[in-house]
Amino acid sequence: MEKKHIVYIILGLLGVVFPFLVTSDYYLHLVIIALMWVVIGSSWNLLAGYTGQVSFGHAMFFGIGAYTAGIFMTKLEISAWWGMAFGGIVAMLIGLFVGWVCFRLRGPYFALATLAGGEIFRLIATNWESLTDGMVGILIIQTFRSKLPYYYIALALAFLCIFVIHVIMKTKWGYYFVSIREDQDAAESLGINTTRYKNISLLVSSFFTGMAGAFYMNYMGFIDPHVVFSLHYISIMAILVGIVGGVATIMGPAVGAFIMVGLQETFRSAFFGLAPSWTSEAHALVFGLLVIFVILFLPNGVVGDWLKIKRNVFRVGASS
Amino acid sequence: MVLLEVKNLTKVFGGLKAVSNVSFHVDEGEIMGLIGPNGSGKTTIFNCINHYYTLTSGDIFFEGKSVKGLKTHTICHMGIGRTFQVVKPLSRMTVLDNVTASAFCRVGSIKEAQDEALRVLEFSDLMDQKDKLAKSLPIGKRKRLEIARALATKPKLILLDETAAGLTPSELDAAIDLIKKMRDNGITILIVEHIMKVIMSISDRIHAINFGQTIAEGTPHEVANNPAVIEAYLGEAYAQC
Repeated sequence: MEKKHIVYIILGLLGVVFPFLVTSDYYLHLVIIALMWVVIGSSWNLLAGYTGQVSFGHAMFFGIGAYTAGIFMTKLEISAWWGMAFGGIVAMLIGLFVGWVCFRLRGPYFALATLAGGEIFRLIATNWESLTDGMVGILIIQTFRSKLPYYYIALALAFLCIFVIHVIMKTKWGYYFVSIREDQDAAESLGINTTRYKNISLLVSSFFTGMAGAFYMNYMGFIDPHVVFSLHYISIMAILVGIVGGVATIMGPAVGAFIMVGLQETFRSAFFGLAPSWTSEAHALVFGLLVIFVILFLPNGVVGDWLKIKRNVFRVGASS
Repeated sequence: MVLLEVKNLTKVFGGLKAVSNVSFHVDEGEIMGLIGPNGSGKTTIFNCINHYYTLTSGDIFFEGKSVKGLKTHTICHMGIGRTFQVVKPLSRMTVLDNVTASAFCRVGSIKEAQDEALRVLEFSDLMDQKDKLAKSLPIGKRKRLEIARALATKPKLILLDETAAGLTPSELDAAIDLIKKMRDNGITILIVEHIMKVIMSISDRIHAINFGQTIAEGTPHEVANNPAVIEAYLGEAYAQC
């Protein structure tokens, strides 16, 4: 067995026993949120990192997944857990439409179109009050009082998402996605139906992001348009998770998710109450600085540049 | 048998007639040369054949079927491969992955695609480069990779766009050998080239154009002695003597 496989198995086991090692609800909550971000970050990475179609609007799929689950519960009285599956499917249908419109554009124009798309859905969710209750948001009663079931659902979802992407990248689809990223015209001349494969990538990506959204609805019990369609907290965060962890790497977004959720929480809680409260306002600034740092020194992210990090840390250790 | 037939091809960019009323055909198994001074419309013709540009008027037939309006990837699946004059390597993929990606044009499984890619790399003498990233290759190898990638799609006709430009003399001979080897394997070739050593030595027939219009067609010898061709390349004074 390869060393890499052993690492995966240890990570998997650690994931399963984690709630028994750390019983604090607070830390469990943070890990659940991080696992959710693993799903969103990995989905974003499939589309942006591997296929080269950078999305600034993943909040769109997240929000649609969340609202699908919420509306199922409040309007149709179907368990919001059904929304987990349907949230993914509805997000995928929206993805199909978005792809049909936006894949006529390339590069930055595509990114801007998705940015606009995310904002459009936020406005729809805010104003279509008969369906979404607008700014009031949707409140549902959570199924479980304990965090444990949510933890395992999030863990399973994260593993499923990473596994599916891992498998996809080893098939024809994976080769086609990367070819499209590298040169769309060359890809087309090699017999690759670029429009179709970009759409496939978007569909898989939006499906998992939608499922993450539906999970969020179930877990938090409350959503409103400003949270789940947020440009800042969802769309940009998805990009940060991707680039900090490492674009176009399987484990990158997973690592990025834990780093970003950890950082966000550290600042939100003003260094767990140790620092003066104004530091909690500084997190946007720190995220900005972090992006500059990562782009300058770790352009391939923590996972992509892991050897570089190891080398430098080792050198520092040896000289001191 | 006629493999490719270009009929009255015209391509207009705004007010500029890049290609006007050009007709020629390529027979199965031959090497057809397409020559002309810079900006005469050779690459434009290629771009029209595989529908990188939409042609303004005229028609193109491949194996008797019109390819007009078909998507670029469909045309590739029909059996027309091409290389780009300005090489387009899939930079952050290895040479093997570059060729594997295009081998998926004909096969579904990764095993078959990789086998096919290795076969093509062997054929085009790139085996020793297979694990290098495409962006790390020098220009000569990149041009070769362009050919290998086109070959992996198993084309009946391959469009070579200045694959010999920028090569050293020894690379040039290797390129000529590769092109001949392709022909011997039953691939029909339409080649655009500026280097006369290449085009004159390998072409069965040559079609010459200038300002987007046909000026001559025939064997390399006939075309080289055609006054219109000499005028286009060297000026009027040389054509008269």
